[in-house]
Amino acid sequence: MIQGVQLDLISEERLARLTSMEKIRLILDEVMAGNIVVLEKGLTPEESSRLIEMTMMEISPDGFAGIEMETYPARAQGGGLLARLFGGGRESPSRLTVIGPANQLKMLRKERDLISAWVSSR
Amino acid sequence: MDILTKARKRLSRFLRVFFKKKRSRIGIYGPPNAGKTTLANRIVRDWTGDALGPVSEIPHETRRARRREGVTISNGNGDSIVIDIVDTPGVTTKIDYHEFTEYGIEKEEAVKRAREATEGVAEAMHWLREDIDGVIYMLDATLDPFQQVNIMMVGIIESRDLPVIIVANKIDLPDASPGRIKSAFPQHPVIPISGLEGTNVDDLYEKMIEFFG
Ligand SMILES: Nc1nc2c(ncn2[C@@H]2O[C@H](COP(=O)(O)OP(=O)(O)OP(=O)(O)O)[C@@H](O)[C@H]2O)c(=O)[nH]1
Ligand SMILES: [Mg+2]
Repeated sequence: MIQGVQLDLISEERLARLTSMEKIRLILDEVMAGNIVVLEKGLTPEESSRLIEMTMMEISPDGFAGIEMETYPARAQGGGLLARLFGGGRESPSRLTVIGPANQLKMLRKERDLISAWVSSR
Repeated sequence: MDILTKARKRLSRFLRVFFKKKRSRIGIYGPPNAGKTTLANRIVRDWTGDALGPVSEIPHETRRARRREGVTISNGNGDSIVIDIVDTPGVTTKIDYHEFTEYGIEKEEAVKRAREATEGVAEAMHWLREDIDGVIYMLDATLDPFQQVNIMMVGIIESRDLPVIIVANKIDLPDASPGRIKSAFPQHPVIPISGLEGTNVDDLYEKMIEFFG
């Protein structure tokens, strides 16, 4: 059989139809099944923190080891690197986000404008 | 201090007296190994004489949020604050017990530590969303701020409008660059310290009185 990894790209529209809990459950179910999820628009900080909380509860020895999650910071408008992130506008910094199982998805580079990841099959 | 900050402080003091609000609960947050417990211990030791928790180079040494109540911090001008200080586990999205066996810890103990660590991270997330009134956000000044900053953490601090002091720790090390951290956070107070040696912690206490009072 050909080895492979399933990649699911979820549109902003679809995400907007889901409640926070549905979103988190969807992501966690996908990732626990070994899939990589790319969200067109990321989670709010509160949703991310709930996702982490639920992820922690699913971790088991020699089983699920957690997630790898990366997103871009909010658009910087001059000033410091994170000027807008901290003390900038009110809206949540939620942009394109990639989430996957920690034992399969490794972040190679994370810059302000580039995220480079490496995916292995199980 | 600008007028707005002053006004806000006065208002919060008023509200606190008026509603008998409990003491401010200050959480020390930051990536694993940044030196959170070292600082928490120093604060508690400087102002109460005790310690809070064990420190080590093994990640996830702190696996439970630890709280010390009623720590009074004061300066020479007669200003003071009473806070609860909360030391938290480094926030992470993954925990594998092999991280512990690499340090020579037996499997059974490693699995137990991993379990505790997951619970501690979940707890720390919950605290931040519900129970924390101010944050000391601790970064390692020898590392790139952008690599270690957690966008979600910053987002929650921001959306809850929590007062935050950024600490650039480990300035005793030769490759520390607190300037890099300062330029990443131009709109927030950044205090370079060595939590280990105690360098500059008085500046931090001064800022804490100003910001969390
Ligand atoms: N050189 C130097 N080392 C420090 C400093 N502060 C802490 N360390 C060291 O960094 C390591 C981690 O310190 P901890 O205080 O346990 O860090 P932590 O952030 O509580 O770590 P976790 O609880 O595992 O997330 C230890 O080896 C400390 O001795 C500092 O100011 N300078
Ligand atoms: Mg600690």
